[in-house]
Amino acid sequence: MKTNQSIHDFNPRAAGFRCGLEIHQQLYTEKKLFCRCPAGLYSNDYDAQVLRHMRPTLSELGEYDGTALMEFKTKKEIIYRLNKKSVCTYEMDDTPPFPINQKAVDIAIEIALLLNCAIVGELHVSRKQYLDGSIPAGFQRTAIVGVNGWIPYKDRKINIIQLAIEEDACREVSDVGHLRVYATDRLAMPLIEVVTAPDMLDPQESYEVGVQLGRLLRATSKVRRGIGSVRQDVNVSVTGGTRVEIKGVPRLPLIPDLVHWEACRQYSLLGMREEMKERGIKQDNLESERFDITGQLSHPAIARLSDDSFKVSAILLKGLSGLLVHKIGFDRTFADDVAGRVRVIACLQHRPVMLHSDDTSVSGFSQRDLELLSSITGRGKDDLVVVVWGPMIDVETALNEIEIRFKEAADGIPNETRQVLSTGETDFERILPGPNRMYPDTDSPPIVISSDRVAAIRKKLPELPWDREKRYKEMGIPHHLSWMLAISPRAILFDKLTSNNGVAPKLTAVVLIELIKHFNRLGGNPDSISDSDLEALFLLYQKGAFSREGFRLLIEGRAHEKDADWMRIADKIGIRKVDNKEIKDAIERMVVSLNDNGTVDDDLKNKVAMGLVMKDFRGCVPGVDLAQMVSEFFSGSDTPV
Amino acid sequence: MNIKSNKGYKGASLSVFKDFNVGVWSDVKITTTDGEFEGIILPRIETADDRHIVLKLVTGYNIGIEIGTIKTIEERGSKEAHYKIPEKEFPFDPVKPNVVLLGTGGTIASRLDYRTGAVIPAFSPGELYGAVPELADICNLKTHKLYGVFSENITPEHWLGTANAIKREVDKGADGIVIGHGTDTMHYTAAALSFMVKHTPVPIVMVGSQRSSDRPSSDAALNLINATWTAAYSDIAEVMVCMFGPTSDDYDLLHRGTRVRKMHSSYRSTFRTIGDTPIARVSNGKINLMKNDYKKRNPERTLELDTVFDDRVSIVYYYPNMKPDIIDSLVDNGYKGIIIAGTGLGHVNKPLYKSLQRATNSGVHIYMTVETLWGFVQMYVYDTGRDIMELGVVPGANMLPEVAYVKLGWVLGHTHDREKVAEMMLTPFAGEITERETIDGYLIMQGGLPEIEKFMKEIHV
Repeated sequence: MKTNQSIHDFNPRAAGFRCGLEIHQQLYTEKKLFCRCPAGLYSNDYDAQVLRHMRPTLSELGEYDGTALMEFKTKKEIIYRLNKKSVCTYEMDDTPPFPINQKAVDIAIEIALLLNCAIVGELHVSRKQYLDGSIPAGFQRTAIVGVNGWIPYKDRKINIIQLAIEEDACREVSDVGHLRVYATDRLAMPLIEVVTAPDMLDPQESYEVGVQLGRLLRATSKVRRGIGSVRQDVNVSVTGGTRVEIKGVPRLPLIPDLVHWEACRQYSLLGMREEMKERGIKQDNLESERFDITGQLSHPAIARLSDDSFKVSAILLKGLSGLLVHKIGFDRTFADDVAGRVRVIACLQHRPVMLHSDDTSVSGFSQRDLELLSSITGRGKDDLVVVVWGPMIDVETALNEIEIRFKEAADGIPNETRQVLSTGETDFERILPGPNRMYPDTDSPPIVISSDRVAAIRKKLPELPWDREKRYKEMGIPHHLSWMLAISPRAILFDKLTSNNGVAPKLTAVVLIELIKHFNRLGGNPDSISDSDLEALFLLYQKGAFSREGFRLLIEGRAHEKDADWMRIADKIGIRKVDNKEIKDAIERMVVSLNDNGTVDDDLKNKVAMGLVMKDFRGCVPGVDLAQMVSEFFSGSDTPV
Repeated sequence: MNIKSNKGYKGASLSVFKDFNVGVWSDVKITTTDGEFEGIILPRIETADDRHIVLKLVTGYNIGIEIGTIKTIEERGSKEAHYKIPEKEFPFDPVKPNVVLLGTGGTIASRLDYRTGAVIPAFSPGELYGAVPELADICNLKTHKLYGVFSENITPEHWLGTANAIKREVDKGADGIVIGHGTDTMHYTAAALSFMVKHTPVPIVMVGSQRSSDRPSSDAALNLINATWTAAYSDIAEVMVCMFGPTSDDYDLLHRGTRVRKMHSSYRSTFRTIGDTPIARVSNGKINLMKNDYKKRNPERTLELDTVFDDRVSIVYYYPNMKPDIIDSLVDNGYKGIIIAGTGLGHVNKPLYKSLQRATNSGVHIYMTVETLWGFVQMYVYDTGRDIMELGVVPGANMLPEVAYVKLGWVLGHTHDREKVAEMMLTPFAGEITERETIDGYLIMQGGLPEIEKFMKEIHV
């Protein structure tokens, strides 16, 4: 097939690549958003199970949402696992919401202000429908806190469409056939969703803006960290296409590849649309016919599954031959796109999920099967036959979806959300939900955000990380340390310690960032060392209780000795206050014993003495001072011969 | 100047509308001191303040804008919302049973009310078919909207009207009746219909929902499907309540109308049969009986109505240190019947005695029930009980307080003769008094016990 747009000539900027991000970040609060359950209590143990089915409902403006209808077609049984420590009857949707967690709202306002958003006068809690079952109620409670913000990037602004505060959804445990299981520990934890405009113009920019936003959130020290605490969705489109959302990108570095291949897929689908147009195929004139061919084909994938409850069906699609092998990615064809959709909506689990007459590879139909198919369906050389098999009702759904997917192809790119594949490409997840999934939460009254409250939060806004980073670099702190320190919760302590000619900035940064990391690697919990602990440590240093090298020893000591008192740790590891006489005496003793050993080389004596003295006074006195004293000893008048 | 709607807006916010010639449903760009907001102006809850305008953003979210921050509002068009469930004509199949759904209100079918921001009942067969197409697989459905009231606003008038409507539909040949009702007082209506509708030849099934049908996780559809199935095919010709057994979307229980009670303010599985087992469970087009002492379906039988009610009846929920003026004021206000929900086996304090005596002397009928809900009244065990009986207070066996209340009003609609009232009150007409309490009639599982923990983990609760 020849098309004027294929993956080989794809160039993101030339294709009109646009990308926007949706960053979901958990907030650091003690309790959940609409109930008083503890937040951040994760466990795979559960005490009870609840079963639900989801049904589509109407939006506030009286329309059904496309995703909702699709999820209903999949007819899933959804099991929620409930742990009584982390979940109450609110999360299982058997109790109406409690008043919103105002601490979470404060954090959301703070972040919205950092993003230069206009803050709303009233929060209106809405229900955002999720019929995949990821929330037992079938909707997520969510409210806009701010709109129309921006962050600086390169020499321009990246616009922020909105910031919403919302409750987190369940964790999926498994999804097999018609049964999906969810863990509920994460459910209902406070979360913010930051939505950028599609202002990123190539894949690398998408990544960089993601990093920038992530750093801004981290810099508040009021967001959760760790696996699953931040998740991003990425919206991608190319000129002439439509917005497609890649859901749940787990790590930012994956973004460039993912968005590149997604844009490429769209570009190639637009090429396929042109091809269909040339063949005269439109949404409303696509001809198809279905055939029950149970028991007729000998293909091993089908034969394997043959049993009484299974059905094998073929759909003849007129004039569509060749389209399923149209390349839409590095290693993917349009058949993969269709199969992904059939797998999700019809709940067919086997692989391959379908077979078709375009597939001439060894895994395709045998010549005998192809001839049989042609004679049953009357397939001409321009026609396509797709075969699906499985439980009767699912096969019916599958045939419908195949037909719908081709009709959509004639129109271009369907609005979809897509899931991340391990190959760096994406596959169908569900139909992209629209504004019709939103519905006012009739259980919650509007919540006034007073201008006084906003002003009070504005007054205490943390410094922006990029401003901080610049300042730290100007203080002479190496790049990697300024980068980390700018978003560290220790940044405020750093500023305090280094102000008014306090401790040297570089040393402070090394201790607060690198040594704390070192402590973590040794098995210590960084949170167990409070800011005031560190302040005390620096005070001891300033009083001369130990040398620069002592920081590392004391922090290692804290990890090993499981003790929180710096002086006791110092004692245990032999750090103490020493005077010059003690050191001189020690050097003298060592040199005497070296002489007794018969060591004659002064240089060698110097080195050995230095090593031994360092061992004794490490951490107590700066190494340079010790070296000086040793060399003075050797060059001085009182050198014993 | 064209007149624009001002739904819910008043005072200051309304004058902002006038200043900028906009109104509800206007598609606007609002410039404030904080920045710009674009969207459609939505109606506002009437009880909310007059300092904010509600805007629906293009993303579907709603926000409120403080009017003090508004600099300009520019109207760009308008889009009025019409909340409507797609209406489809309910198909007719001559071999399927005919079921009539009577609507009284409640959240079995509901839509959003912009005035209050809450859900209001909505109801039509076409809408129901649009929302729950499975109903067409069960029966031919006709619907009649009798009332559109929240269940707290149900009165004896509604009970009488509903009973009359049942008679009319059954006489016309309905194979079963389903009654949509708000859940809060469903058990009162169930009791009233149990007494007022006699010898029903077909099932009469009351149904509601604990999560409104505008939510994807609503129990409305499953309740309605199971209730309709019960009405169409079950053998049980009684007044029943059909609501979720567990909170899971699993099965419904069929409760006898005189033994059922709403037991949780928000759970889906809120309805429980008290002091007995439910009659049956229903799911996936199957009815599993739990007992056999029910009245069987019989098309030959003729339904009779007994629609009387004297509403000069009250319930007194006893608490320690209750003062006699509570009883006195009822008597002085002309009440003719009092149901006491007493402590334990059926007791009240001594200070009430004089007032109770005065009440019975003046012809007020007083019946004792228990606020423990489970168990029989037994007033011989303690002297207190004997003393209270001496005053003319009659033990009401194991009638639930609400059921005894409905029954006393119904009985007093027939007679005020002391002995006749007592005879009727103590004769079970519809299972409101049981001869014995079955050993599985009182089961309240307690969390924390290992065997219950095991049950909860393995079975969908």
